[in-house]
Amino acid sequence: MSSPGPSQSLHSVRDLRRIVENVLRLAKLAGAGEAEVHIDETTDALTRFANNGIHQNVAEQGLTISIRTATDGRTARATTNRTDEDSLRGAIEASLSLAHSQPRDPRLLPMPGRQRYRSVSRFVAQTAALTPEERARAVRRVCDLAGRRGQVAAGIFASGQMQTAMGNSRGLFAAYRQTRAEFSVTMQEEGATSWAKANSASVAGFNSLELAQRASDKAHRSTGPRELEPGRYTVILEPAAVLDLVGFLFYDFAATALEDKRSCLNGRIGKQVFGKNITIRDDVYHPLQLGVPFDGEGLPRQRVLLVDGGVPKNLVYSCYAARRAHKKPTGHGFPLPNEYGEAPMNLVFSGGKADLDQMIGSTERGLLVTRLWYIREVDPYEKVLTGMTRDGLFLVEKGRVTTAVRNFRFNQSILEMLRKVELLGPAVRATGEEAFEMVVPAMKIRDFHFTEVTKF
Amino acid sequence: MWDLCTHALDAVRLRRATYADVRVMHTRQRDLTTKNGQVGTLAQSETIGIGIRVVANGAWGFASTDRLTREGVAACATQAVAIAKASALAKRADVVLAPEEAYVDSWQSPLRKDPFEMPLEKQLEHLLAVDAEMRRVKGVTLTETGMQFRKIDQWFASSIGSRIHQRKVQSGCGIAATSFQSDEIQKRSYPNSFGGQYALQGYELIESLDLLRHAPRVAEEAVALHSAAQCPERTGTLILAGDQLGLQIHESIGHPIELDRVLGQEANFAGTSFLTLDQLNRLKYASEIVNVVADARLEHGPGLGTFAYDDEGVPAQCTDIIKDGQFRGYLSNRETAHLIGLSRSSGTMRTESWNRLPIIRMTNVSLLPGTWRLDDLVADTDEAILMETNRSWSIDDRRYQFQFSTEIGWEIKGGKKTRMFKNPSYSGITTEFWKSCDAICSRDHWTLWGTPNCGKGQPMQTMGTGHGAAPARFCNVKIGSAFAKS
Repeated sequence: MSSPGPSQSLHSVRDLRRIVENVLRLAKLAGAGEAEVHIDETTDALTRFANNGIHQNVAEQGLTISIRTATDGRTARATTNRTDEDSLRGAIEASLSLAHSQPRDPRLLPMPGRQRYRSVSRFVAQTAALTPEERARAVRRVCDLAGRRGQVAAGIFASGQMQTAMGNSRGLFAAYRQTRAEFSVTMQEEGATSWAKANSASVAGFNSLELAQRASDKAHRSTGPRELEPGRYTVILEPAAVLDLVGFLFYDFAATALEDKRSCLNGRIGKQVFGKNITIRDDVYHPLQLGVPFDGEGLPRQRVLLVDGGVPKNLVYSCYAARRAHKKPTGHGFPLPNEYGEAPMNLVFSGGKADLDQMIGSTERGLLVTRLWYIREVDPYEKVLTGMTRDGLFLVEKGRVTTAVRNFRFNQSILEMLRKVELLGPAVRATGEEAFEMVVPAMKIRDFHFTEVTKF
Repeated sequence: MWDLCTHALDAVRLRRATYADVRVMHTRQRDLTTKNGQVGTLAQSETIGIGIRVVANGAWGFASTDRLTREGVAACATQAVAIAKASALAKRADVVLAPEEAYVDSWQSPLRKDPFEMPLEKQLEHLLAVDAEMRRVKGVTLTETGMQFRKIDQWFASSIGSRIHQRKVQSGCGIAATSFQSDEIQKRSYPNSFGGQYALQGYELIESLDLLRHAPRVAEEAVALHSAAQCPERTGTLILAGDQLGLQIHESIGHPIELDRVLGQEANFAGTSFLTLDQLNRLKYASEIVNVVADARLEHGPGLGTFAYDDEGVPAQCTDIIKDGQFRGYLSNRETAHLIGLSRSSGTMRTESWNRLPIIRMTNVSLLPGTWRLDDLVADTDEAILMETNRSWSIDDRRYQFQFSTEIGWEIKGGKKTRMFKNPSYSGITTEFWKSCDAICSRDHWTLWGTPNCGKGQPMQTMGTGHGAAPARFCNVKIGSAFAKS
């Protein structure tokens, strides 16, 4: 008999609304001028494997209630995961006490009223109900594959569901739930490795064994790497590598980041910063995206055209940033109070038509990059990032992949990089380890700057 | 809480778990920040729940819940055993744990001023005063300050009979000034970047750091960096200040010695390690003056890696990692200790919260002090660059090749600190770098730095680690490659 999946655990929307209304009632009784309640509930499970066997296998269930009060130009937040009435009263008191301890802020805006939200459906019952046995059987197939090929597999198979709801004393109420399944695998052979990963609202959105086979084939091709001199190379970045680089750009599109003068777009809005083949939107409603369709202030997320033909055109705005800039809020604010304002969280790059084979076939000499690792910002204005290649770096010569190559360190401005994109693949949902998931294409880029080489 | 722990242990025993440990954790946190003279974040949070880890059918299972009723805990226990039995469908071998004694104990980290008992107004006033002091400096375009306090109560019980309560109070604070001019963003931070300094102390930590006194210097240096010379690109001598050296230790010694990485258990995410098992007691890791320990005991200092017992109920220990330059030890747990010939875990299993599985973690991985006074070290150096305060850090997934950049550099010429450099960076291969260390400053210059944000594991866990370091000198280091143009 299978053990139960986590599907029974989430509260109904009616329950969430009841909790919100109860907290708002208690806040009013406690003397809060305005109050806002966020509820986040999660049930998650993750099966982790290494050395061709499961070594960690976990599940969690939790619900948190976060309360913001605002009275006379003062606001603060208190969060608890205790749901009894005394604990909720305690959290409200904590929020009021924190708020009262600060100077009055005349810029504090009233909470928004009732909003209209677009319905988004990303809850798949089969995924919510996935059991540890089902994950274990899938993992065993992957480990068996590795064993048959003389390789060693490591990875995760995760599944879960989350919901979030918020309401405030001005009548706003919003709720959203989604499921999530994720599989990633690293295959190791004679010191060489390769990797594949996917995630989706539905466990049917990927085939774990196919991902493992892809990683396995690549790991085999990665053995016996050749050492090349560092320098500038044409690179073909697979979508995961693109994602982990361009993920560092997202906060630069926040109006607050520009006002704080920490955005690389200061002085660059409206200019030809990127190549004409670069167009970027923020779009939580895109069919390949996941995520909550309202922001931390309760406003519905808007679609925003951030970059059009290489020209940064628009920013995203929280309520406060919008007031300062005489714009309309775009539904990208973080929960208040915070010092960061807002950010686009659902980036969608426009893709092209070139597939990976065409990119390779058109390359006289270059490198095919599976993924990047440990990326950090070296120069915040030129947006120079450093990091390593990982899990499969290959030399392309005369239109063919010829050999594996030892991993490189890069130091590369992504502003410059996005001016030198020669070919774009179709945009796909990509997932990596350095940035949140986005819809991005593979890219062929000239003059990518590798500065040092490591020992494997 | 002990009733819930006992109930959980009884429940898993009934379902034929052969080993179990249970953690109830209650964490309270307060976050205060300011930006440009205004209050930024002002928040308090608490989280409480139970995590149950079991071995059944020879395999591990873990489940956690915030439903702290007898029914909630029983359901969680049932789930943990069911997960362990599912793990057994794809296990490699039965779990075997190194023996450990049962402990019944209660421990609290020492503190003089409980930050949660102090008026919040006073804490905010202090930050706003520091913020204002930085904004006095012309050319500063962004000022940020912050404090964070955390109080963690933990009740640990295991099926071998341990019952351990620990209370830890952590404090942290930091300030930063940013200056945007002429297409360049420069930043200075104090007492460290990325949030500042953190320790297992109360509000006395904040008072000891004297933020107000350092605020003008931080702001002035942020502005002055714009007119400083670019750090040259060359191979030469490098002196690292203690704040940067702490992170160098973290990345190029602390992570490679984690035995779970060495054994491939992190291969899919955090990576593996060049310190394969055959290197133990054989590898020359560093020069002979380099001695590194992993020390979780209070006598090492109030670090973020200080505790009385780890999250497997193993007492805090001090382990030699590098002794006179030779590689001597790993960070292990009860499951892996036997693989390196130990009869006992080195006590490094730690968990972020009740809903996370304990995993092998750094404790306080520290470079022991040397003999030099900093002034003497500078005077002894003909030509070098002194680098302070981390700006970026990156290392490959086996921990060979690293690159760091810092907020500020200083030219050392003819035994004197002469001029400021902007955008300093250096890079190298771990063992080559540590073998080039030829001078380490004395205990007078030694600080136990707190790194509050070490990420590892899937699901991701963030953990605080400690790194004692004093300024040290390294020879033949590649400098400036992060900004190399070709």
